[in-house]
Amino acid sequence: MSAAPLLLVEGLVKNFRGLRAVDGVSFSVQAGEVVALIGPNGAGKTTVFNMIAGVFEPDGGRIELAGASLVGLRPDQVCRAGIGRTFQLVKPFGNISVEENVLIGALRWTHDLGAARRRAREVLDLLGLADKRRQMARSLTLPDRKCLEVARALATAPKLLLLDEVMAGLRPAETDRMVDIFRKLNRETGLTIVLIEHVMRAVMALSQRVVVINTGKPVCEGTPEEVVRDPRVLDCYLGQEKL
Amino acid sequence: MSIDLANQILTGLLTGLVYSLMALGLSVIFGVVRVVNFAHGEMTALAMYAAWALFTWLELDPLVGMPLIALMLFVLGYIMQRGLIDAFVSKPEHIQFILLVAIAIIMVNGSLLTFGPDAHGVQVSYGFDTYEVGPLLVDKVRLLAAAAALGISGLLMLFFRRTMTGKAIRACADNLVGAKVIGLNVKQLYAVTFGIGAACVGAAGALLSLLIDVMPSTGPELTMLAFIIVIVGGLGSMGGALLGGMLIGVSEVLAGYFLMPSMKGMFSFAILILILVLRPQGLMGARK
Amino acid sequence: MSRQAILLGGLAAAFALAPLVAGPYLLSVLVVVMYFAYVGQAWNIMMGFAGQLSLGHTLYVGLGAYTAAALFVHLGVPAALGLFAAVAVAAAVGGIVGALGFRFGVKGVYFALLTIAFAEFTRILFEHIPGLGGPAGLFLPVGSRDSFDLIHLRGHPLMFYYLILAMTAGIFLLCRRLVRSRLGYTWLAVREDQEAAAALGINVFRAKLTAVMLSAGLTALGGVFFAFYYNNLFPNQAFGMNRSIEIILAPIVGGLGTLFGPILGALILTPLGELITAVTEAMGFKAAGIKQLCYGLSLLAIVKFLPDGVWPWLRGRLGLDRGPDGEDES
Repeated sequence: MSAAPLLLVEGLVKNFRGLRAVDGVSFSVQAGEVVALIGPNGAGKTTVFNMIAGVFEPDGGRIELAGASLVGLRPDQVCRAGIGRTFQLVKPFGNISVEENVLIGALRWTHDLGAARRRAREVLDLLGLADKRRQMARSLTLPDRKCLEVARALATAPKLLLLDEVMAGLRPAETDRMVDIFRKLNRETGLTIVLIEHVMRAVMALSQRVVVINTGKPVCEGTPEEVVRDPRVLDCYLGQEKL
Repeated sequence: MSIDLANQILTGLLTGLVYSLMALGLSVIFGVVRVVNFAHGEMTALAMYAAWALFTWLELDPLVGMPLIALMLFVLGYIMQRGLIDAFVSKPEHIQFILLVAIAIIMVNGSLLTFGPDAHGVQVSYGFDTYEVGPLLVDKVRLLAAAAALGISGLLMLFFRRTMTGKAIRACADNLVGAKVIGLNVKQLYAVTFGIGAACVGAAGALLSLLIDVMPSTGPELTMLAFIIVIVGGLGSMGGALLGGMLIGVSEVLAGYFLMPSMKGMFSFAILILILVLRPQGLMGARK
Repeated sequence: MSRQAILLGGLAAAFALAPLVAGPYLLSVLVVVMYFAYVGQAWNIMMGFAGQLSLGHTLYVGLGAYTAAALFVHLGVPAALGLFAAVAVAAAVGGIVGALGFRFGVKGVYFALLTIAFAEFTRILFEHIPGLGGPAGLFLPVGSRDSFDLIHLRGHPLMFYYLILAMTAGIFLLCRRLVRSRLGYTWLAVREDQEAAAALGINVFRAKLTAVMLSAGLTALGGVFFAFYYNNLFPNQAFGMNRSIEIILAPIVGGLGTLFGPILGALILTPLGELITAVTEAMGFKAAGIKQLCYGLSLLAIVKFLPDGVWPWLRGRLGLDRGPDGEDES
């Protein structure tokens, strides 16, 4: 890795009232990479995300985006720095339309309402939600809500996208569709993606590198094929969901 | 410390205990049903009016009439919850507030129409008797009222700790879904809880009628007082309500003594603002 | 939208032309209607847009009223200048209330109580400030009825009528612009889901604070009007809890968060109040409190049967809720 990474996470530590949820997690992500963060339930993956996104402040370690530290920034500042994120339990703005949801995201990228609306429509097209743009967000099905969540984050024109279990609850066909969209985005726009996933189908198809953590500690790192065969990884999943 | 000041503080403490009883009702209602009873003071005022009416027409000493008034308020509270408020328990907060604000408006103006704008007080025959406790002078009436309030608070705490209904109510407060799962009739329990809170208010109102006059404006003032006490003491903490009541009782007296009597309200509100901002869980509440 | 525009235009025209046919009593009632529509709209900005329930909103009315009035009475500052000070004071206090509340995470009922505490604290404070008349009240010297002195706001009732009409129309148009603006969408997001809004780059604290300060400042203008129209101020009235409740009645009955809500609410409640007072007096008994009692009952009825207010129900009935592009109109 000769070029400076886009995202650098080093020695991340987080305690919650005596419980060490994250203990020394480190990884880096190059611009244009797709990296997956996997591990059994309770491994601390979402906590890592939340620290990157500014929801929690780490008790130790570094987080840098293009060399600038993100530690201590509020979530909205992290977004403005160039990181978009989705939530594990989707949070659509239910009482407004799909288009308006994405519009609000686009308003981080431009102050002009007209330009924001155009961008919103583009992103909706990309995610395949264009025909539903007038619907109230609360009337969407779960897969569509997930698409909306992604669309909204994308509209902010992030340099890096954090996806928190976006594939959960989707059927294989829908998963494949999402994977294709992300692949396309990554290929055509160089969007860097870091994803937390349990759906291995997506992990294998999408990521170039995989970081494994368990009980807050790093386990190993490598290509999907390497990681899947690593005995340490199999070890931490034994007794839980099989790969 | 001058004797005069010491007397005043004692007065404040005793009055505060009666306030505590009122606030206890609010703590119970909010702690369990999670409804913000903006009509709390107005209900207390209704009890005060009832005590005054019974005294004026039946010559019933409020101390004697207290159980009856508490019962009347229990019924009122039960009906209010079961008949009206229950439908709003799961609705957004601002709708609940407005419902109770509406009820409060109705109560205040109902009292105004029924009893007129004048102040009404209860003057019992022993109203001017005092006891001597060392160098201090204590109003007999105040001492009796405070003792009654303390006694009732104690009974209430026993109720919640020892009886089945009390425990069932606490279960609802702790874990609503769990309570439903084990088959508790939550609707009924909520109504009983509101009734109990109202009964506290009824008892407190009867006792208060001995100490202060009642006017239509007394209701809203007591509502704010109840909230201040509950928040200062800590929502959901019965000990907190007692502590808060005494604290506010004393602070009112001190503000009147050192500043000006008309400014005592200001003092209480300043305390509320400080607590809301610096320690919202109150002095004895658990940090969320 | 065109149907709504017609409705709005018709309403404005009706109000503008009313003085031609209405007598002084009716005009004074209409002034009250517009006053509550105005203040209710200002309150709505905080509640409907930023989702923060202010139950002590009369604080800003009082601050605006007293600031401008005191400047006039003691320093001869004309209302046209005094209003800037009034707005500044109110916005600053609103900023303090908001900052305290939001910075320390005071939410829901606690925030509502915070607003009440501030209003009550100020009420008692103003009863003790020398030079402001105390509980006995602050009185403004009444000017000639025949002048139309806008600078000093002294003059004919008609001047006040058109002033409040302009203010009400103005705030309506302002809110309309805001709703479809970047700021309006920001507020919408904050109201819907604060966490999601923050993840999209929205500074939630600043958005809420802006709403509160804007609401407070605009409300203060209503206070300035109030002071110069009625020519007297009492802390009990200006800062009293009753006033705070009156302020919220119109927007809640009319429709929380909607643009027409406060106007409709005021149009329903004020005449209703006058009607009740007239009927009870005609029946021979002077009953203080009956008007308020009816307000309480109306509020109860609305909350039970039409919790979103009358306007959403009415516009559904009139078929006014679909704009030309199928969007939901306010």
